[in-house]
Amino acid sequence: MLVRAAKKRIKILVATLSLLILIAIFSLVVLRDNILYFLSPTEIKNSENLNYSKKIRVGGMVKTGSVSINNNEINFIITDLSNEIFVTFKGTVPNLFSEGKGVVAEGKLKDKKFFIAKRILAKHDENYMPPSAEKILNKDVK
Amino acid sequence: MLSNLGNLFITLTLLSSFLLIYYSAVGLKKNGSLIPEKIFRISKTQCLFTILSFFILLVAYIFSDFSLINVYENSHTTKPLLYKISGVWGNHEGSLLLWIVILVIFSLLFLNLNKLADKKFRLFTLIFQNILISGFLIFLITNSNPFSKLYPVPNEGMGLNPILQDPALAIHPPLLYLGFVGSSIYFSAALASLITKYNGSNFAKTIKFWVLTSWFFQTIGILAGSIWAYYELGWGGYWFWDPVENSSLMPWFLMTALIHSILILEKKNDIYLWVIILSILTFTMSVTGTFLVRSGILNSVHTFANDPSRGLYILIFLSIMIFSSLYIFYKYAPSKKSNFQFLSKEFFILINNWFMIFFLIVVLIGTLYPIVLEVISEQKISVGPPYYVIVMAPFLIPFLYFVSRGPQAQWFSAQSNNKKKNFLVLFFSVVIILVFFYFTKVKDVLINLILIFSIYLILQTILDFFRNIKKNYFNLSRIISHLAFGFLIFFISINSIFSTEYDLNLKNGEKIKLDNYEIELKDLNILNEKNYKKIVGNVIIRDQKKDTFEFLEPEIRVYNMPETVTYEASIKSNLFFDTYVTMSNLSGSEFYNLKFQRKPFMILIWLSIIFIGVGGFLRLLPMRQKK
Repeated sequence: MLVRAAKKRIKILVATLSLLILIAIFSLVVLRDNILYFLSPTEIKNSENLNYSKKIRVGGMVKTGSVSINNNEINFIITDLSNEIFVTFKGTVPNLFSEGKGVVAEGKLKDKKFFIAKRILAKHDENYMPPSAEKILNKDVK
Repeated sequence: MLSNLGNLFITLTLLSSFLLIYYSAVGLKKNGSLIPEKIFRISKTQCLFTILSFFILLVAYIFSDFSLINVYENSHTTKPLLYKISGVWGNHEGSLLLWIVILVIFSLLFLNLNKLADKKFRLFTLIFQNILISGFLIFLITNSNPFSKLYPVPNEGMGLNPILQDPALAIHPPLLYLGFVGSSIYFSAALASLITKYNGSNFAKTIKFWVLTSWFFQTIGILAGSIWAYYELGWGGYWFWDPVENSSLMPWFLMTALIHSILILEKKNDIYLWVIILSILTFTMSVTGTFLVRSGILNSVHTFANDPSRGLYILIFLSIMIFSSLYIFYKYAPSKKSNFQFLSKEFFILINNWFMIFFLIVVLIGTLYPIVLEVISEQKISVGPPYYVIVMAPFLIPFLYFVSRGPQAQWFSAQSNNKKKNFLVLFFSVVIILVFFYFTKVKDVLINLILIFSIYLILQTILDFFRNIKKNYFNLSRIISHLAFGFLIFFISINSIFSTEYDLNLKNGEKIKLDNYEIELKDLNILNEKNYKKIVGNVIIRDQKKDTFEFLEPEIRVYNMPETVTYEASIKSNLFFDTYVTMSNLSGSEFYNLKFQRKPFMILIWLSIIFIGVGGFLRLLPMRQKK
């Protein structure tokens, strides 16, 4: 009796564990395909193995005076105060998008200087600064 | 003056907490089954003190007392009264105070509402609850004091971020906090129950009220946040799988699991330890959520202003909480055998729990993975929404099946005599989707399967309702919640397939043709409001297929304090679809960017979520009467 009960318990345990492992593997595989790397213009400039077919996010500040708009797209420059990247975007920018403020753009790189954005993300906080820019600004203060 | 008073009251609250812990410990040693009157009195006074401290902060906001740093940083004299009030919890310090107020009120309510429960159990719960209260109070006083003074006193405040000036967002944090903090009661009660061995169905009855209450507020709180995101962020989406949203969803999964499994404990006196684990996990997850949001380690689109020392404190607090509950769990957990029958009602409830835990793990991985990766490799990443959808959507199919199957099952036994009927219902659901497929030609297999099974759940729940009529025994709250869940999944699926979206740049007076629509920006009006200026666009949308017109008025608002531009969406809703237009303008360009969307069933999505909550709420009513 006891042996049978123990066997049953082991079976259940093995079944549960393998199920969990399967789920974990499945999640991680999907996760790997859906990761968006977050880069600053400087990181893009210095990076050697960029994947131009994969979506990434670029964060920085909208350079003052760089925004231009025409019938179907918006162009602007994202800067982290040491390097810049041109961004072109078709669509609606969120609240709090403006010159001199923080921005995160999601899309694909054309080359190291040119970025095609599919989405511009909102930042809730008007005092938000991209971390890399903040580092640089703080360095200047010191 | 207000600052001193406020500080006085929070210090008094902390002192009452210490007193309560001390007298409860003394009360434990005494014989007799009554809790000393003294404890009730201190608890009431403590409640009064925190409410007063909160009231003082409120007064400071209403009368714009800028001698408080907190008021100066988050308010402004020209702000409308509603947002002066909601500004109290629109920032870290104030919301922490609100959190503590709710903790204290719940502690008092628990003491008074459970007069029939074991004395030792109640005293231990009170002790744990007050340890939590002191922990948060010390955090508030040392690190995030809303009553800190500012000198010299400025004439004007910095203002509240305009996108937070919104009715939905004014009530969103208090609702969520009622959910988050409500779970603290069953966290404390679970630990007390382990120590005092007050377990089984009595324990289940005691905490059921709190589980349902917190779950209800969590549900409605998430809804309010979602509605706000929908019309204020201007993307037309209502759920972004953002880490901050996730951290409110994760405790919700656990609460939902708990609502179900607590029934087994109540009716069958089984899976006691699992209920304890869930109770402890729920509050832990709530505090983790707060930690993630407030510490700033999340790379989130919400990005609250924050500082790392807060995160450190919450992290230490969290670790102490986790390790002490683990210690108590292993020291006191009784060993008891479970007796489970395959395909019984208990079995299906446990399946529900497995799914909830699975959803929780998926969301947790997606939320934490970027943080872990940043720590080990300094790479910054975020996880895209498709991850969540791809991993979870397939599992919705069996989940929907089990949700419809569970209520038919009997307690204790595996009897089921509905096989034929079940098959018929499934067949009928498939037919409905085939007809639907014929007209729409949606080729995605997964979404069709989800639709089939959501209809299956809806039909089964309606049948369940008729069975209830026959038996003259109503479980209305289950029926309403399950039915609403079926509808929710159905509407969300339809919405995800048929939403359309157009982005266009137009000059004033221009019109443009897109597919079946003609969109015209007729003219622009500039109006002045109390604390902002607005540009209202008159947009005409002509549906050429149906030959109908719609007039929408999206706004661009320029707030003066702090100077911020926001875009207010204009939404025309009816039962079948929302028409959604936002307008934006960049650096005074002559082009206005319009985003035009048609989103089916938005109202019905909100209604489904409300009814999911209503189901839980109904369960609360008779329970109160029984006592």
